[in-house]
Amino acid sequence: MSTHATTFGVPHRKMAMWVFIGSECMFFGSLIATYLSYKGKSVTGPTPAEILNIPLTSVSTFVLLMSSLAMVLALDAVQRDQKGQAKLWIGGVIALGGLFLAGQVYEFSHFYHEGLTLQENLFGSTFFVLTGFHGAHVTVGVIWMATLLVMAFRGRLGPERGLDVEVAGLYWHFVDVVWIVIFTVVYLIQ
Amino acid sequence: MNEIAEHQSGAHASRSTYWLVALILAIITMLEVAVFYIPFLRTAIAPILLVLSATKFALVAMFFMHLRYDRPILTAILSTGLVVAAAIILALMLLFGALRLMAPA
Amino acid sequence: MPGNQAPDAGWFGYANLTSKQYNPGLGIDFWVLSLQIMGIASIASGVNFTVTALNMRAPGMSLMRMPLFVWMALIVQILMLLAFPVITVGLVFLLFDRFFDTNFYVAAAGGTPVLWQHLFWIFGHPEVYILILPSFGIVSEILPTFSRKPLFGAPFVIFSGILIGFLGFGVWSHHMFTTGLGPIADTAFSLGTMLIAIPTGVKIFNWIGTLWGGHIVMRTPLYFAVGMVALFIVGGLSGIMHASAPIDLQQHDSYFVVAHLHYVFFGGTVFGLLAGVCYWWPKVTGRMLGEGLGKLSFWVMFLGMNLTFFPMHFLGLDGMARRIYTYPAGVGWEQWNLMATVGAFVLSLGVLLLYVNLVRSLRSGEAAAADPWDGATLEWSMSSPPPEYNFAVIPTVNSARPLWLHKYGPTRDISRHTKEDGTPPQPDHPTERIELPSPSHWPLVAAVGLTLGGGGTMVGLLPVLVGVAVLVVAVYWWAFQPLERPGNPVFEPGGRAE
Repeated sequence: MSTHATTFGVPHRKMAMWVFIGSECMFFGSLIATYLSYKGKSVTGPTPAEILNIPLTSVSTFVLLMSSLAMVLALDAVQRDQKGQAKLWIGGVIALGGLFLAGQVYEFSHFYHEGLTLQENLFGSTFFVLTGFHGAHVTVGVIWMATLLVMAFRGRLGPERGLDVEVAGLYWHFVDVVWIVIFTVVYLIQ
Repeated sequence: MNEIAEHQSGAHASRSTYWLVALILAIITMLEVAVFYIPFLRTAIAPILLVLSATKFALVAMFFMHLRYDRPILTAILSTGLVVAAAIILALMLLFGALRLMAPA
Repeated sequence: MPGNQAPDAGWFGYANLTSKQYNPGLGIDFWVLSLQIMGIASIASGVNFTVTALNMRAPGMSLMRMPLFVWMALIVQILMLLAFPVITVGLVFLLFDRFFDTNFYVAAAGGTPVLWQHLFWIFGHPEVYILILPSFGIVSEILPTFSRKPLFGAPFVIFSGILIGFLGFGVWSHHMFTTGLGPIADTAFSLGTMLIAIPTGVKIFNWIGTLWGGHIVMRTPLYFAVGMVALFIVGGLSGIMHASAPIDLQQHDSYFVVAHLHYVFFGGTVFGLLAGVCYWWPKVTGRMLGEGLGKLSFWVMFLGMNLTFFPMHFLGLDGMARRIYTYPAGVGWEQWNLMATVGAFVLSLGVLLLYVNLVRSLRSGEAAAADPWDGATLEWSMSSPPPEYNFAVIPTVNSARPLWLHKYGPTRDISRHTKEDGTPPQPDHPTERIELPSPSHWPLVAAVGLTLGGGGTMVGLLPVLVGVAVLVVAVYWWAFQPLERPGNPVFEPGGRAE
């Protein structure tokens, strides 16, 4: 099959991921809009100030930022055909993403024990659905990265696969920037 | 025209740039947490934090997502989504009477 | 649906009519889950079409040379990409409220059912433009072809389409004036709504300007296209009326709104789509439609449409509410309602005539030439119906009306010129070997898995798990399936080889 020429000089799949990211802005935008519009309108506690754990979340924010660093280094390694480095950094993305998810699981179960459930109040409903959907996106990203790692170990992640890694990376970084916004508007601005 | 060959011709930043950007991101995150804990900054906490987090957002998009080195059409696509989403967030907050950038002193 | 469990909360499913308390059956769950799956499909196709229109244009096909229909389709895709995530979120909240007892639309917990209205209409108003813009594009293709002159002010039609799309995100609350948003919000959304009349009016003037002074060729597609413009003007005018909040408070949920909706949706969207069906039918099927029957079906539908929906203006202003199945005798609504009923039968007859025409054309229609309308755009350069690979040679585009340029040379007024070259430029057979990727079964399997998983939530955990497993397996097989594999359709120069 002959590959079609691209009008903008951007591979189709890369542009497709950017278009999808543009759409995802509206998805997380609507969730954040609802969280902010409903802020302070719960009729019962616990309130964000009582329950949110800033030190823990600061650490997991740092972890997710560093996973983005691992992601660009992985892409760089794949494009330069440095197979060992590629496996190392893709593994790093998975480990850091997994650590972030573990932090979220701990946070959620801790909140449940403290009395903040999905049903308890408006804050619980909006908080868990917003951060839960972000966590689901991270989970999809981790599965995607694991697929790339398996490909790398099978020797099928050469430089000709650079676009595959770059598209996965765009998704990963987007999930990271969404967290940058959530960390600020949910955790820090109370 | 080959997708892959063309893709490789696109210049990306060097590894040292990536490490530097990551360092700046970490420092901004520390600043954000500091702003949260410093009492006299709390009256203007929202604008300060929004600027800091927008800076982080821009750094990741420009360097890690390569928008700085890539075609402008990709920046345009992201901006379209971001602008409409930000407008909807603002409008809904106004409609729900939830917009208060400055915390009461 | 088993028993009386059809979704019964209206097409906009206002909270809390959809809550478990007031709607305990499976109907709403079914409605929510199918809309979610449709949303995923819409976003996926939106990504696909957007990248196709932006990044896969033929050499020389600059954005300003792109056909108007493709332009409007591109704007529609962008609107879908931005609007569908919002309804997805609204439906997620509803799903959580119903399945997990959350509080998104529960007033007792501090939430509000009005949030649903906001999320619904932030999606719902752009959705209105998702429905009408394709028709705008179709009409912008048909009017020039049958007026024998280029679209008047084409860049204005393009930019006003973009403007309509963006303004469409800033006017959603005009569907909600009666919820009491306050004077500031009402004023802002009223003004925004009235602003939309400007780009829409620009388009209508451009269409009339295209017809003006043209050498009109009276064929069925033109009838439907002009009918669309006329009926849309009526719907647009009543739209400006209830853009004003005080007037809207009177008209809300009355038959006046039903009349408005049908003039823009049936008169606008459906007539535009029918114009497109009549216009591209010969290209798609290789058969001409009956011209006499086509014009007859237009007139019967046009008459039936106006007879059905125009009286509703009077009924609405006279106080008749929507969504009632009967009313007391003697309030004076009988005559108008009778007229609307008769109109509905006339309208149905018109639709029936159209179907008869389509079926007759498929069975015994006259064979269509490659270029039956003497069109300006490139689809008319291919045989009717086009070959599987579409263009045997990817054309280089050097005009917004490449085929007229080929046939008449560089002139804007083609009616004064005789054809220089009557043959369409596309060769009948490929000049080099064309190999198409094989169709794949895996997208279908993935869709089945998604549907099973979504529908399964109403039954139990097992079908959900099976559905998700099927989806995951199908997505992996699909992703790793090579594009080049034995059995791909191959076309050799001079004819099909395999």
